Amino acid sequence: MSVTVFVPRDSSALAMGADDVARAIAREAAARGATVELVRNGSRGMFWLEPLVEVRTAAGRVAYGPVTPDDVAALFDAGFLAGGAHALALGPTGEIPFLKGQERLTFARMGITDPLSLNDYIAHEGYAGLTRALALDGAQIVREVTDSGLRGRGGAAFPTGIKWQTVLNAQSPTKYVVCNADEGDSGTFSDRMVMEGDPFMLIEGMTIAGLAVGAQHGYIYVRSEYPHAIAMLEAAIGIAHAAGWLGDDIRGSGRRFRLEVRKGAGAYVCGEETALLESIEGKRGVVRAKPPLPAIEGLFGQPTIINNVISLATVPLILARGAQFYRDYGMGRSRGTLPFQIAGNVRQGGLVEKAFGVTLRELLEDYGQGTRSGRAIRVVQVGGPLGAYLPVSRLDTPMDYEAFAAFGAVLGHGGIVVFDDTVDMAKQARYAMEFCAIESCGKCTPCRIGSTRGVEVIDKIIAGDQPVRHVKLVRDLCDTMLGGSLCAMGGMTPYPVLSALDGFPEDFGVAVPAKAA
Amino acid sequence: MSSPTAEARRDRIAHIVATRRDMPGALLPILHEIQDAVGYVPADALPEIARALNLSRAEVHGVVTFYHHFRDSKPGRHVIQVCRAEACQSVGSEALAAHAERVLGCGFHETTADGEFTLEPVYCLGQCACGPAVMVGEQLVGRVTLQRFDALVKACADASQDRAAEVQA
Repeated sequence: MSVTVFVPRDSSALAMGADDVARAIAREAAARGATVELVRNGSRGMFWLEPLVEVRTAAGRVAYGPVTPDDVAALFDAGFLAGGAHALALGPTGEIPFLKGQERLTFARMGITDPLSLNDYIAHEGYAGLTRALALDGAQIVREVTDSGLRGRGGAAFPTGIKWQTVLNAQSPTKYVVCNADEGDSGTFSDRMVMEGDPFMLIEGMTIAGLAVGAQHGYIYVRSEYPHAIAMLEAAIGIAHAAGWLGDDIRGSGRRFRLEVRKGAGAYVCGEETALLESIEGKRGVVRAKPPLPAIEGLFGQPTIINNVISLATVPLILARGAQFYRDYGMGRSRGTLPFQIAGNVRQGGLVEKAFGVTLRELLEDYGQGTRSGRAIRVVQVGGPLGAYLPVSRLDTPMDYEAFAAFGAVLGHGGIVVFDDTVDMAKQARYAMEFCAIESCGKCTPCRIGSTRGVEVIDKIIAGDQPVRHVKLVRDLCDTMLGGSLCAMGGMTPYPVLSALDGFPEDFGVAVPAKAA
Repeated sequence: MSSPTAEARRDRIAHIVATRRDMPGALLPILHEIQDAVGYVPADALPEIARALNLSRAEVHGVVTFYHHFRDSKPGRHVIQVCRAEACQSVGSEALAAHAERVLGCGFHETTADGEFTLEPVYCLGQCACGPAVMVGEQLVGRVTLQRFDALVKACADASQDRAAEVQA
């Protein structure tokens, strides 16, 4: 009898050696005359356990990890094909505490299915949302998304339904749906996981968006640093097309939607939506002034829905289960769930999807289990390179857009980077300015010049050159960047800088915050 | 001087430009395909691209130089990218970056004198729970210690030697 063994093909699993493990299992099975069906699934998102090997047994799926090729023979000896005991055995996968406590809505299939199996996808509620959407008119689809309370998961948290309504109202024979998959924030990988581990979900979400507003063409703009995601998306688009889920006559409905992947080229600023549109058009990724909004004049001058991967990937579930189901999760004006990404110096790093309202402390202590180095956590950066550095005194803050905005921080794309007590916050502040200098599109002066001046002044502070005076100068500069930049690149680079200054003045050689001095 | 390889390269580029020129927003896909085919975007290809897309040479130059991904010269046989973003910093990527420069004997954005290695910074490979992360050619590697980095470099050097031996044989 054939036994199904799962070895993830997620790029983090590959980076930890999953391909070698898969080969070793195939080789060992052949040598022992065991019939093994190897499925390359997505990752469960428990990256400290990768490569995580699962076996389908009579009692359900059981896990072993992290597995190296050298462990494989011993696993066979231990009878792992029947769920046998071994030092790497983790028991039933779904019972692992890290997974068990989660509220996986968008990530419900992640790691469970074969990402390129349409049958798997459909057997796990895939295409239920699109099937329902095909029976609705555009306004009804948009209302469902609006009622769900879904807000843009890329970081700006703008209500998705309102954006869609604007595109629906715009009068034009040509409209576009664009997916922003330029996931450049350090500490984030949820978009990557969706593209690599459940690509049909994104395709379905974009198709529903197209039906909603009358767009027939979609683009997925993926960063060039994600070659595996690009390959998986292209394969999945081909499969969906061949099965009639994309193309000129979606499942016999007479409705049309086509999808194309466009590859970025290593410019962080192209994650800004208007720079991204410029890039698809074949230009330098320079930010556009708004208005006009992309919803009115977007790609190639046409009304365009532009949403983050997670926003679009959440739409199929909202259509399948209804707005109310999704809205019942969350707190305040932050409805539903957010796939949090626990990254950096953390013992158990990975993907934790929870309803809004979970605290940073729960994420870092219950799920993350402290630092990888074993030292104390000193600071966490939430929301990518433009997000604030939060001292441990902020750990009880609920993860909620408004709660974070209340003290000048952002949730962003839900990435959390943990640093232990060896971190030097003056260096981190310098890096924030340096990154802005490297990645600025150059359109506005505060960002283009300010970031370079910021690096220079922080260098003086680090060298001990009149720190009090120079800290004041950095604060002035941050004020100019905050108020005078066109987009978040220059406008939010001050967040990590100022939060480092406010929370850790001692690292800058100033005893008290300069503000109070 | 026009070697057969230079001619083949020109033909290849002309073919790429001809097949892609009519797609909307064709410039980035053209540049990607050229770089994938020849390893970089040769300066002498720009006038031809500009003509085909009805752009000025300055516009094409502006796009090529805007994006970090595009190179204007031939890279080393092995391109090593070291992630230098925050999540990797928190687990020692700066020490790894310094080690890489020392071991390879070249700085970031540089190629070793023997043309073996090009060292590049990268700002996030999406491996933020498995840092420090490195990409060697198309191989992604997580949790790279200094010893692991040395082993990766050695594997590259061995692969080059094997290839050289094959050519001689």
